[in-house]
Amino acid sequence: MQVQTHVDINSEWGIVAARQAGRKLAREVGFGSVDQARITTAISELARNIYLYAKKGQIHIEEVHRSGKKGVKIAAIDNGPGIKDIRKVMEDGYTTSGGLGAGLPGVKRLMDEFAIDSVLNEGTTITAIKWLR
Amino acid sequence: MEKTKLSLYQYYREMLKNYIKDKSELTLYSAQQFSKEMIEKDMSPEEMVSLHLSVLKELIKDLPQEVIDSYDLLLEIMIGYGLAHREHLSLRDRQRQLDSELTVAARMQKSLLPSKPITVDELDFGIVSVPAGKMSGDYYHYMEDDNGNIGVAVADVIGKGVPAAMSMSMIKYAMDSLPEQRLQPAGLLENLNRVVERNIDSDMFITMVYGTYDPKLHHFYYSSAGHEPGFVYRASQNKFENMDTKGLVLGVSSKVNYKEYVLELNPGDFIVLLSDGVTESRIDGEFIERYQITQLIKKYIHLPAQAMVEQVYRELEKIQDFKLKDDFTLLILRRNV
Repeated sequence: MQVQTHVDINSEWGIVAARQAGRKLAREVGFGSVDQARITTAISELARNIYLYAKKGQIHIEEVHRSGKKGVKIAAIDNGPGIKDIRKVMEDGYTTSGGLGAGLPGVKRLMDEFAIDSVLNEGTTITAIKWLR
Repeated sequence: MEKTKLSLYQYYREMLKNYIKDKSELTLYSAQQFSKEMIEKDMSPEEMVSLHLSVLKELIKDLPQEVIDSYDLLLEIMIGYGLAHREHLSLRDRQRQLDSELTVAARMQKSLLPSKPITVDELDFGIVSVPAGKMSGDYYHYMEDDNGNIGVAVADVIGKGVPAAMSMSMIKYAMDSLPEQRLQPAGLLENLNRVVERNIDSDMFITMVYGTYDPKLHHFYYSSAGHEPGFVYRASQNKFENMDTKGLVLGVSSKVNYKEYVLELNPGDFIVLLSDGVTESRIDGEFIERYQITQLIKKYIHLPAQAMVEQVYRELEKIQDFKLKDDFTLLILRRNV
């Protein structure tokens, strides 16, 4: 039975709730404390991006299975302004230099799979998966 | 992977056990060496913290729950440090790549400069040109035509680095396309001015001096586009004179007429052309005075022109603690006896 959790992000409380849900699922799936913290940090950064740039959106967290592996999948969905230059936001040092934290390259490093889908003025969906080893 | 993890664990456990027992400097020293190995193996700070906690739990049986819980906080913080570390590594790689690209570009730029020496018996020629960074915004050129006439140029793009270097290559190609004007300094600058005006941003300027030497008459004809004035050395009086220069920098206005000047050289006389990297050398924070440059040149006047410019460069470099603020170009053209 797969469980999917949705958390609305429109305040910092939402960010905390998303972190909490992510950590709980990561623990249940069987991740160790380091990976739990990594998944949580990734959720935190994605949720903050929603909060800062799109003002509101959702974080979906679910357990995933593929070819015998188990993992946690995060989806960050918003209807915000979209990302104009994805290559640029994926560049190291682009967002972090402004003190915005780990940024999307950081999220990518924390997780095993990472995908961005963004349409200008329509919104952005970012999905990331971490597999249990 | 599992095996190395296990042995890592055992190694760290031994170290921590020893340290808790004897608190010796030797153990701390091994820990320091261990950290180097871990960094090399790309072990992140959060993994290190986690390793420490697991070992600690094993070594100290009744570790208070509060201590264990406190590691959650530390772990969370270390994840941020770990990310910063990874980012640093990736930026370092990118810098290395940029560096090597720049090295290739600098080599290419060098290949735009003349490499054959001047072989006219009547003349002694010397040039030194050193970029402040990898790429130079200074350009120099010299050529000898079939009749033994010499053309020399020094140009300085306002600005440094890659943009300046790119403009510099434009000057080179534009000059190559104007062979019929190599003996007409004013006409050549007028044409170059049009090229520059059309092709570079309005906030970029190029100053340039171009001259030709007629070895039969021993006349030096030149024009200047806002360039740092050069000197002419008069051997009979053992004195330097400033070269007259009047003319707008290249690229400001599309229609500019340049004035042509002529100097007659007697045996032992020489022309000095330079870029503002020479005159903007600093001694104790103060710009060097033009008379200090001529004094320096005088000091080495007994040497061949090439050795002269090299010695002057070496001395100015040393005075400035080997840090060049701007691209440096110094050229001497002397009439032999």
